[in-house]
Amino acid sequence: MKKLRLSPIIMVAYLLFLLVPIYWLVIMSLKPNSEILGAFTLFPQELTFENYRTILTDPSWYMGFVNSFIYVTMNTIISLCVALPAAYAFSRYRFMGDNHLFFWLLTNRMAPPAVFALPFFQLYSSVNLFDTHIAVALAHCLFNVPLAVWILEGFMRGVPREIDETAFIDGYGFTRFFTRIFVPMIAPGIGVAAFFCFMFSWVELLLSRTLTSVDAKPITAIMTRTVSASGLDWGVLAAAGVLTIIPGAIVIYFVRGYIAKGFALGRV
Amino acid sequence: MEKTANQRAWFLVLPVLLLVAFSSVIPMMTVVNYSFQDSFGGNEFFWVGLEWYRELLRSERLWDALGRQLMFSSIILLIEIPLGILVALCMPKKGWLASLCLVLMALPLLIPYNVVGTIWQVFARSDIGLLGRFVTDLGFEYNYAQNAADAWVTVVAMDVWHWTSLVALLCYAGLRSIPDAYYQAAEIDQASRWSVFRHIELPKMRGVLIIAVLLRFMDSFMIYTEPFVLTGGGPGNATTFLSIDLVKMALGQFDLGPAAAFSLMYFLVILLISYVFYTVMIASDKEEAQS
Amino acid sequence: MDWIAWTLPTALFFASIASALAVMSLLAIKRPSTPRVGALGIETARGDRLFLTLLGSAFINLAWIGFTDLPQYFALGICAVFAFCVFRWV
Repeated sequence: MKKLRLSPIIMVAYLLFLLVPIYWLVIMSLKPNSEILGAFTLFPQELTFENYRTILTDPSWYMGFVNSFIYVTMNTIISLCVALPAAYAFSRYRFMGDNHLFFWLLTNRMAPPAVFALPFFQLYSSVNLFDTHIAVALAHCLFNVPLAVWILEGFMRGVPREIDETAFIDGYGFTRFFTRIFVPMIAPGIGVAAFFCFMFSWVELLLSRTLTSVDAKPITAIMTRTVSASGLDWGVLAAAGVLTIIPGAIVIYFVRGYIAKGFALGRV
Repeated sequence: MEKTANQRAWFLVLPVLLLVAFSSVIPMMTVVNYSFQDSFGGNEFFWVGLEWYRELLRSERLWDALGRQLMFSSIILLIEIPLGILVALCMPKKGWLASLCLVLMALPLLIPYNVVGTIWQVFARSDIGLLGRFVTDLGFEYNYAQNAADAWVTVVAMDVWHWTSLVALLCYAGLRSIPDAYYQAAEIDQASRWSVFRHIELPKMRGVLIIAVLLRFMDSFMIYTEPFVLTGGGPGNATTFLSIDLVKMALGQFDLGPAAAFSLMYFLVILLISYVFYTVMIASDKEEAQS
Repeated sequence: MDWIAWTLPTALFFASIASALAVMSLLAIKRPSTPRVGALGIETARGDRLFLTLLGSAFINLAWIGFTDLPQYFALGICAVFAFCVFRWV
């Protein structure tokens, strides 16, 4: 293939475009407010971790992270548990209405959360689940379950049928085959699905903000509250932003080998 | 792969069915019911028939939001798709450099939506932001909170920043599936860079490109958090897209009836697009299976 | 469950959708339909045609509300014609 000499330049320019805004956020989180507002500096002159200390010592801040982690974990577990058997059914069997069912699931992935905000508020208030972690976890299932089914189905399709058949001939029951043989075989697929469930639940704001007020308020909602307050504490805001990026950065490091495959399926 | 017919597979699907029915069918029924009624205090309801639909369909509000939405979606598609292809073509093919690019490019995709909004809110402010300061120093009047055009540029730039990597990664995955023999043949024929792209790379990327276009269209069609954090839909209503307007109506003013009618019409449009998406996806899956 | 705010017309609407689905399932068991490629160039089975009919009818009704002041029953008439066309040719 002919080498384009332009390509490294374009690539570097693009990566710079991606990284500079993030760099600015990180830098801001390390400056005191006086420097942010007063002096315009590319590097922090007074390096400070005060902003991080504020977040990590104030319960109204760090409980936001705890709340987010609780409902995101719950959501990921619920989504995977119900999606695994369903994805197996879609990848292995033809049954009545399978295509229509699959389409119906996908419409939920594509439906705007804004449409569901109001009825969810009514629904979860009426069953007394308003402002609980499980309410947010269940609400996020709306888009995460279809997504998990979609991703897992793609991975399961790559496992040859002969494996199922051999196991059944060897006298494995369905449950035992599924948990002992099949699930370990598609572990990377489960990892990718869990990663995307985690991410989409982590980044979502509208539903989690609508369904919580105090006890289960996620960090993302706490941040918007600070934005609308009159005296803006930019440093703390930036620090909170940096802290919310870290889980994603850690997770992506672990799944980096599979991420290309996940994207290759086009199922994000 | 040949699938076997087995009606008992329904039992495997049942948990998903019940869960999604709980969180999708019940709310949807509620929305339909609300859309035909007027409410007082959120618990007394009166039948008003098609009044809300008539009012909304003839008001500027819905059409304006829809117009802004379509314009936004078209602009970002026009920028992100070509840029994504270009970046994918420029990515290193293998080695640690490729992994590094992959991880760095995926980073914006994994940032919470409202933090994306916050990053750009800070970055583009002319007093404390690098971009805002830079543009102002160049001599432009730039203030995204007051000037509608500036707000648009900022929102579009933010979306390009956030999502171009998705297009690029999809295209990159498509490019990786091209055997080296194709390129060697092209070299022997002394094909130009353009014709390699036109006759080898573009056809191979067709499948992923379709998915990229549809995904970006759908997701931009329901964009809420990022512009909400950045501009709050303003200045005025300049960046009030469909979701922002809907949330304003439903949760801000608690107008259950009109908000429900709005939701339903919004959902119908989404349903239509999803159907096209699904049909195209099935068709391209089949084509791939045949080739 | 007051908050769902049921009314007779909407209840009838959902009942008819549910029964349409039930009839479709029964038909699928008794007389399975073979998919065919119709006017749109896509493969459709009976269920797809029902979906297209319902979706199209919703848009026809909305257009009728938005652009005319005539009674809604005319729109239902158009929908019936549309349904016939979809089941016949698509």
